[in-house]
Amino acid sequence: MGKSALLRLPFVGAGLLALLLVLAACGSASGGSQDGGGGGNVSGKIAIEGSSTVQPITQAVAEGFSQENPDARISVGGAGTGDGFEVFCKGETQISDASRPIEPDEQEACKEGGVEYIEVVIAFDGITFVVNKQGNNWAQDITSAELKKIWEPGSNVNSWSQVRSSWPDNPLGPSELFGPGSESGTFDFFAEEIADPDAEEPALRTNYQASENDNQLVEGVSGNPNALGFFGYSYYENNQDRLRALALDGVPPTTQTIRSGEYPLSRPLFFYVSTDALKENKAVQPFVDFYLGDLDTFVEQAQYVTLPSSLEQASKQHWENRVTGTVYNENGEPKGGDLETAFKQSQ
Amino acid sequence: MAVETGSGVKSDPQIWRRESRGRVIRERIVKGVLAACAYLSVLTTFGIVLVLLEETLQFFRKVSIVEFLTSTTWTAAFPGPSAQYGILPLVSGTVLTTAIACVVALPVGLGAALFLSEYAPVGLRRWLKPALEILAGVPTIVYGFFALTFVTPLLQDAFFGNSLYGFNALSPGLVMGVMIIPTVASVSEDSIYAVPRSLREGAYALGATKREVATRIVVPAALSGIVASFILGISRAVGETMIVAVAGGTLAQLTLDPRQSIQTMASYIVQVARGETSRGSITYDTIFAVGMTLFVMTLVLNIVSYLFVRRFRETYE
Repeated sequence: MGKSALLRLPFVGAGLLALLLVLAACGSASGGSQDGGGGGNVSGKIAIEGSSTVQPITQAVAEGFSQENPDARISVGGAGTGDGFEVFCKGETQISDASRPIEPDEQEACKEGGVEYIEVVIAFDGITFVVNKQGNNWAQDITSAELKKIWEPGSNVNSWSQVRSSWPDNPLGPSELFGPGSESGTFDFFAEEIADPDAEEPALRTNYQASENDNQLVEGVSGNPNALGFFGYSYYENNQDRLRALALDGVPPTTQTIRSGEYPLSRPLFFYVSTDALKENKAVQPFVDFYLGDLDTFVEQAQYVTLPSSLEQASKQHWENRVTGTVYNENGEPKGGDLETAFKQSQ
Repeated sequence: MAVETGSGVKSDPQIWRRESRGRVIRERIVKGVLAACAYLSVLTTFGIVLVLLEETLQFFRKVSIVEFLTSTTWTAAFPGPSAQYGILPLVSGTVLTTAIACVVALPVGLGAALFLSEYAPVGLRRWLKPALEILAGVPTIVYGFFALTFVTPLLQDAFFGNSLYGFNALSPGLVMGVMIIPTVASVSEDSIYAVPRSLREGAYALGATKREVATRIVVPAALSGIVASFILGISRAVGETMIVAVAGGTLAQLTLDPRQSIQTMASYIVQVARGETSRGSITYDTIFAVGMTLFVMTLVLNIVSYLFVRRFRETYE
């Protein structure tokens, strides 16, 4: 691919620049992929559905992959983790993006649908709470207890001063609260970690502005000076001129705090590959190799947090060995305590 | 008006031809195809109603119709034991945006129609009317982003400040009004234009001014067509989806304050249908119950318009 692109360039100066670019692109693209994912002759269709949080990463990969393989058709949806698993377990999609591990009832659904899968952890995200940068001059940080008070089911918080007495009496009701809807993995994770940890089904208050479209949430918070919203870290990173992130329990969401797990709402992001699709669909394996071969670049490009290198190695090895099933137990904890141990143990 | 033909055609020796078998069959095929075209849309409507009814009945097995029609809380997007299914907040959102749209579209549309048929010189009318109709060709999603990224900030800066929410009923309502101006203008202009010249000339002969002719003679004479255009415009506003989905918000609350975030019936359906809501779940059923309500509302509007047109139609011969 590099050669043919070079020969077509008319100007030496531009050619030199292009040479550097092409080399850089090729170098990084084929760097880690053992099976030579970017062969340029892969064709076929891959349907990907799932988390809107993971969507920007997978979308970037799909674009890169389609450029190298013009015959490959890859669709990347962002309907939400739960919705993603629902179609994945019916065999309608080949890969499912997830912002939380697959849950026991979804595992059951996949078993019924005859779908086996390989679990791949790809990045870290921190659920980020944001306020309007221009309009809000009072909130710099927030605590888990305060978030619980605002968001738990049945909450009747209606103003900022109800949350913390030093904050002004500005409204903080249904019109000010923005968050993902109940099909979202972000919703599930936040509900289970903070808002309502004891509930059987993850639940939040039901009077806020819910949307599975994170850009709509960004629009909502930036259009309302009293707003409070939450979504994946990357949507904050990309809109820092309009939004301010709140430190949570004294820890600001940054690349470092999210990777180290110091940030309380730090969480791993995954995708799941159907093993049947891997056998039957010739495009799936090169695509995943392409994805993992240059994982850090894609993750950074989408403004997420890259995995620590030892965990990344463990995850890639997990894929190479085609280990099926999830590394999480029934309680949603990684087997063996932490994620890296879990991925290493499973091999 | 038209000359009575029928048997007269056959006796005309110029176009008389012998009936051939092939011709009869061809005629029958043409008739069949044309009839199929006419019945297709009726059958489709019938099928849609059947599907809607079936799924709506599913919904009402789980939720009582009394709760659906009287409860003031709608939390169907968060299914669970405490979810509430009161359609009123969605109806209020729909009525509110529709009313705002009507405030814009009905007077402006009628004014434009009057200008086009009564005041504009023929040359101007010839290009102004098609130009107005182009507005109807703008995709509604474009209007939606126009409302969200241009009209809302403009309203905030110029009039409301922070009391107008980023997602609100006012801005999509106004833009929706602009969207249906061409519908109202074009349909009512047709009926105004059809008012016979003799009526106008009679009025002028009695010394009426141009304004008096327009408002006292032409508008009453064309009333049924004007009302039909209004109802058509309102129906479009009631069912309009993308503009409110983009700029109105997703907060189903019972309010008539246009500065608030709202959710209409159509934008609720979009919100839920966008995810892969599983078939058979109650959330899935709500789509059809809401769709049915929407259908009944527009049906009633259309029936009212039909009755009105029949009652007030002026026939000139």
